[in-house]
Amino acid sequence: MSKKKETDQTIRARITVFPRPEILDPQGKAIAGALERLGFDRVSEVRAGKSFDVVLEGTTAEEAEAQLGKMAETLLANTVVEDYAVEILGTATT
Amino acid sequence: MRCGVVTFPGSNCDHDVYHVLKHVLGQEVFFLWHGEENLKSCDLVVLPGGFSYGDYLRAGAMASLSPIMASVRRHADAGGLVLGICNGFQMLLESQLLPGAMRRNRTLRFECRDLHLRVERADLPFTRGYEAGQVLRMPVAHAEGNYVDSEANLDALEAAGRVVFRYSDPEGELRDEHNVNGSARAIAGITNEGGNVLGMMPHPERCAEEVLGNSDGLPLFATAVAGARAALETQAS
Repeated sequence: MSKKKETDQTIRARITVFPRPEILDPQGKAIAGALERLGFDRVSEVRAGKSFDVVLEGTTAEEAEAQLGKMAETLLANTVVEDYAVEILGTATT
Repeated sequence: MRCGVVTFPGSNCDHDVYHVLKHVLGQEVFFLWHGEENLKSCDLVVLPGGFSYGDYLRAGAMASLSPIMASVRRHADAGGLVLGICNGFQMLLESQLLPGAMRRNRTLRFECRDLHLRVERADLPFTRGYEAGQVLRMPVAHAEGNYVDSEANLDALEAAGRVVFRYSDPEGELRDEHNVNGSARAIAGITNEGGNVLGMMPHPERCAEEVLGNSDGLPLFATAVAGARAALETQAS
């Protein structure tokens, strides 16, 4: 992608997506059952989600955060059944 | 009548739908490519089953952003007929042409078997060949068919009479053990406000010929084809 760079900053971010608390999570439930069978008897709940590490170039942390939120809303999460969180992991200047 | 079957990378029921429309019902049928926007003036557009984009991210999520989906949306908004089967239903949900979402089946298994469906609406372009309360037998083949939405949205969907098919026992009774994927309110298929968009998990194209031992799916295509023709005639007159 050869887009004009507004800044020389590289931003690393992580978007995590999880099923909403009120939504039954069959995968998480199965994983919790498996952990219990392995002897992890203190596990009371597992929620299975996804995480996406995204690297953005030529942007600011503020702009990146807004962009990442839009990415989650439009594609990475299905907001009917999933919640998401955006976390900036680091900013580097090249 | 002109029918279009959209092929996405990973579609695997497109030829089955084509076969039913073309060879069983004698219609003019075109394959439409997901990367194009041209619906070739089709009156009925079918989003077939399969594993578009390998079910990456979420089933139907990537396909719902294909160029052709903007045209499908315009077609649907203009009252054109759209049928989404299995993965096609998932695409309709992901593109918000229909409400709700799919989760993994509660069994955590890929469910591939014949199930019974109770017809809830027999007055839609796709269901006029059935009777309300009639029980159909149709195959399902999916891992993510566990329909869900908020209780408020489900109530609204029910109140508007937009639940078209429910999983039932062979007598039409709703029993939990017959709702294998765990769908909210045993929902197997729903329609939009206009009744011109139908999304369903079972595969009517896999039971639309006597030679297959089951033709319960045939009336769905036959009435859709007749309905689209009637709509065209109304427009012309």
